[in-house]
Amino acid sequence: MDINIQFREEGNLLLGLIEGEIDTFTAPILREELEKIELSNEISVELDLSKVSYMDSTGLGVFVAFYKRATKEDVNLKLVNLSTRLTRLFEITGLSELMDIERGGIGHASI
Amino acid sequence: MEQLKLDYKTILSNYIHNQNERNLYIGQNFIKRLIQKNVTPEEVISIHKQALEDIIEDLPEYTIHAYDFLIEVMVHFGLKLKEHQSLLMKQEELRIEMEVAAKIQNTLLETTIPNPEGLDIGMISVPLRKMNGDYVHFMHDHKRFLSIAVTDVVGKGVPAALCMSMVKYGLDTLEYANSNPSYVLEVLNQLIEKSVDDGMFVSMCYGRYDLEKDIFTWSSAGHEPPLYYHSRENAYYDLESKELLLGILPDVKYSQKDIKLNDNDFIILMTDGVTDFRNREEFDPRQYIKELALSCRHLNAQEMCDNIHKQLQVLHNYKLEDDFTIVIIKK
Repeated sequence: MDINIQFREEGNLLLGLIEGEIDTFTAPILREELEKIELSNEISVELDLSKVSYMDSTGLGVFVAFYKRATKEDVNLKLVNLSTRLTRLFEITGLSELMDIERGGIGHASI
Repeated sequence: MEQLKLDYKTILSNYIHNQNERNLYIGQNFIKRLIQKNVTPEEVISIHKQALEDIIEDLPEYTIHAYDFLIEVMVHFGLKLKEHQSLLMKQEELRIEMEVAAKIQNTLLETTIPNPEGLDIGMISVPLRKMNGDYVHFMHDHKRFLSIAVTDVVGKGVPAALCMSMVKYGLDTLEYANSNPSYVLEVLNQLIEKSVDDGMFVSMCYGRYDLEKDIFTWSSAGHEPPLYYHSRENAYYDLESKELLLGILPDVKYSQKDIKLNDNDFIILMTDGVTDFRNREEFDPRQYIKELALSCRHLNAQEMCDNIHKQLQVLHNYKLEDDFTIVIIKK
């Protein structure tokens, strides 16, 4: 299974659309892509997960790592358009209390 | 080497004079001998060239040049082959090391299921690969309290196993089975948060069972919610919690809740490998497990665990994709 991430800039907002399945095999690819993003406190990052059809705890690890880096750099990070299943994953792990997460609906991160 | 060259000449000569299957077969077997003796591809061509020069007296000059050319270019091929062979050897060394590490892990993380009076406990934990990223820790002071920790480290294989050893020693140093679950999670969180890198974390459900009062006190750190079956009501309760995984932030506070267990009630603790129905999305995993458990509740806790594992293996065509752990405690 493949994972794909596309970015688009809208002023100070960096929008990322992630597509595919995030598991043990694809998580390192996603991690690398997210690590490439240059963060500075002038930008906000919004990642659209509407096209993520599967994610396991390894995928969660990638977002946790990225969230920690964003927090360190004082960058606003938001995950949007999560499916019910993904939302639940963030909820039972307590991450939804910590990170800015928006389930369902039509976000403006579509590319 | 000289003998090999002479043998090759004979074999080649026989084949040139009579191109039958037998002569070809002898040649193929001979090549196997050369491989065993680590003869390089370019040396084989060189042997062939010399043999041909001996067999055919007036071999044209350009054919000899062509062979020399082939010998030169095959040197690179030979080097690649050597590299490949040495990689194979290294791979074998690593495989042996992994075997040893897995054995050590099995010894370190060995779990003995306690057998207290008045409570039935069963458990199954099956790693996907050699090393298990799930771990179950029991503590029983042979008095009033018994504790159970069901743990899952993100990721699989060696990194998960190393982290798990740390969790085990953390749990061991807490020593007493009567500690408050929320306290245990708070201490472990501190320990793990200091020691792991950013993408790593541990989920844990920790429960303490009071054998005198039949009260199960539990806390969860980002773990797959346990299932509680209330026999008298014939209903399940999801023991949901939204408290954070271990290892993400320092100084996290956890809460704990009590459940009073009555006869025939049971609690299923599991890891996310049990509820991962990746390729069977038509099923609601937790609902499916509830029904499975209900259908075999007449069995003892261990048989229930084994039975659920077996049924899920069948459902997933014997291709479970994650470490798989279930613990059942049954009154």
